[in-house]
Amino acid sequence: MKYFRLIWANLLRAKRRTFLTVFSIAIALFLFCTLRTVITSFEASLRASEATRLVVRHGASLVFPLPLAYRERLVQVPGVNGVSYGNWFGGFYQDPKNQFAQFAMDVPTMFDLFPELVMPADQVQAFRSERTAAIIGKALAKKYGWKLGDQVPIIGTIFPGEWRFVVRGIYEGKTKDVDENTLFFHWDYLNESLPEGRKNQVGIYWIRVASPDLAADVSRRVDAMFENSPQPTKTETEKAFQAGFISMIGNIQLLLTIIGSAIVFAIMLVTVNTMMMAARERTTEIAVLKTLGYSDGLILRLVAGEALLVSLLGGLLGCGLAALVFHESDFTASGFFPNFRVLPETIVAGLLLAVLMGILSGIVPAVTAARLEVASALRKVA
Amino acid sequence: MESRNGNLVELRNVHKVYFRDRIEVPVLQGIDLTIREGEFVALMGPSGSGKSTLLNLIAGIDSPTDGEVRVAGESLGTLKPGKLAAWRARHIGFIFQLYNLIPVLTAYQNVELPLLLTKLSAKERKKRVLKVLGLVGLEARAKHFPRQLSGGEEQRVAIARAIVADPTLLVADEPTGDLDAKNAAEILTLLQRLHAELEKTILMVTHDPHAAERAEKTLHLDKGVLQP
Ligand SMILES: Nc1ncnc2c1ncn2[C@@H]1O[C@H](COP(=O)(O)OP(=O)(O)O)[C@@H](O)[C@H]1O
Ligand SMILES: [Mg+2]
Repeated sequence: MKYFRLIWANLLRAKRRTFLTVFSIAIALFLFCTLRTVITSFEASLRASEATRLVVRHGASLVFPLPLAYRERLVQVPGVNGVSYGNWFGGFYQDPKNQFAQFAMDVPTMFDLFPELVMPADQVQAFRSERTAAIIGKALAKKYGWKLGDQVPIIGTIFPGEWRFVVRGIYEGKTKDVDENTLFFHWDYLNESLPEGRKNQVGIYWIRVASPDLAADVSRRVDAMFENSPQPTKTETEKAFQAGFISMIGNIQLLLTIIGSAIVFAIMLVTVNTMMMAARERTTEIAVLKTLGYSDGLILRLVAGEALLVSLLGGLLGCGLAALVFHESDFTASGFFPNFRVLPETIVAGLLLAVLMGILSGIVPAVTAARLEVASALRKVA
Repeated sequence: MESRNGNLVELRNVHKVYFRDRIEVPVLQGIDLTIREGEFVALMGPSGSGKSTLLNLIAGIDSPTDGEVRVAGESLGTLKPGKLAAWRARHIGFIFQLYNLIPVLTAYQNVELPLLLTKLSAKERKKRVLKVLGLVGLEARAKHFPRQLSGGEEQRVAIARAIVADPTLLVADEPTGDLDAKNAAEILTLLQRLHAELEKTILMVTHDPHAAERAEKTLHLDKGVLQP
């Protein structure tokens, strides 16, 4: 590409302008990747949820617990063939910034209800047989360098104090959508350590139904059963439960798409203007190149190439930054986005968007330059 | 050379009319002109008489309203725009009054511009660029940008750019119009050398009689008509 130097020299002509343009495109694409990742993370957790798994929680709010005694009654409900339970622990490791989810789980039943957590049999055994044992996801293990046998101290916020767990297992997700950033430990251990008034309280029950079409019936039956008790329940499929987070903020997907598109569009208008200014300033130079024998087609490609290069640089910067930031930091929003990472598809979409911006912002100046009448353009200066 | 009977440039009854606010402005009115291979011709005339217009027609960057322009064996009116650009690259070296170097490129890169259009390798291009920079006495300035050069030096770089691809015809539109007497004289000497030593055919527009004296032959244009 012997013309590259010509394109490059033109970009360096107004360094500040080029930098600002590249930078604003980078910001637009950084935001695009971020918003896109919010959506894909939600989608991933929806995909990872099981259609036969129902979530039973307090009818008023997630923050109110349910009695442990409900367990016996849930097992009795026709259509239910498995029950487990757990509590959101809400602690952190060393620093509140180190956020990842921790759950106290009923260990004897959890692997039955969560078959997507895959772990060697000896590790399952080791976890079961030790009261203070914990298992962690592979990603979490990698991030903090934890190995089997390590002691992990977690500072509790809902359940105050320092809790020490021994890592006895490292699980992997059965599919890539399964979150590998959670720490699970024994619900019994938590329960024993609590003062009398807080004992025997369960945050969430998970129940499994024999087939997805039983889900609606079973949900209704469960909620009817506790309807008039002091602790009514709300039962829904795990999917609906996950989707509930989304509807809490309205139709977030549409919102994010609109915001993302608006940003990209606004930046593109600015870029179009900049590119047109840049080309207009060079009318004489373009006429000179044509005089030297540069064809209209070549001029078109040179000017368009410049716009494309600017956009692509911005795209690489913005998308690269997004990938880096959300890889290095652990933006999990206290575990609400367990798998918050930029997918390769998002990067590709971002770069394609950058190319599109480049083409759209380059097309008018490029065509104008290609159509330029040499003789009259040269007159303007003479 | 593809030209017939040694005539490099042949204009037959060439007219050029511009429209200014829909009013016809006749600029060239029936020009007949022949320039032979190897000639050094000066074109004089008052300002606004149509000198630049005529030069642009011959260089293939403008087209006549009527008449035929034949240069280097090609009737320019019959060439499609893409072909015409390639024809210019091959046959025309253009020297402007205001040098028109690309400010963001070095002297070397400016001179290299016409060669980018050829199939020459980077190494061959380098050889040629350094050779013509040597010819105009600016080898040492290769890495300088236009703003780091004097007007006379800029025009010499522009001449190097005009001759680097070894064109058939050199056209210069008031090449000394923006220079002081000393630099102007140097440029004219350089053009004379290109004519004498490299046998270049040169058409130079000027309104300076001293400049015209350097040429072998002077044509006079007045109100769009060539004077006998
Ligand atoms: N593109 C154009 N549109 C309108 N008028 C033009 C154009 N180009 C040249 N002219 C007119 O043609 C006449 C001759 O111009 P030009 O060839 O530049 O003269 P010279 O070079 O002899 O000074 C002038 O009156 C000029 O205003
Ligand atoms: Mg003129």
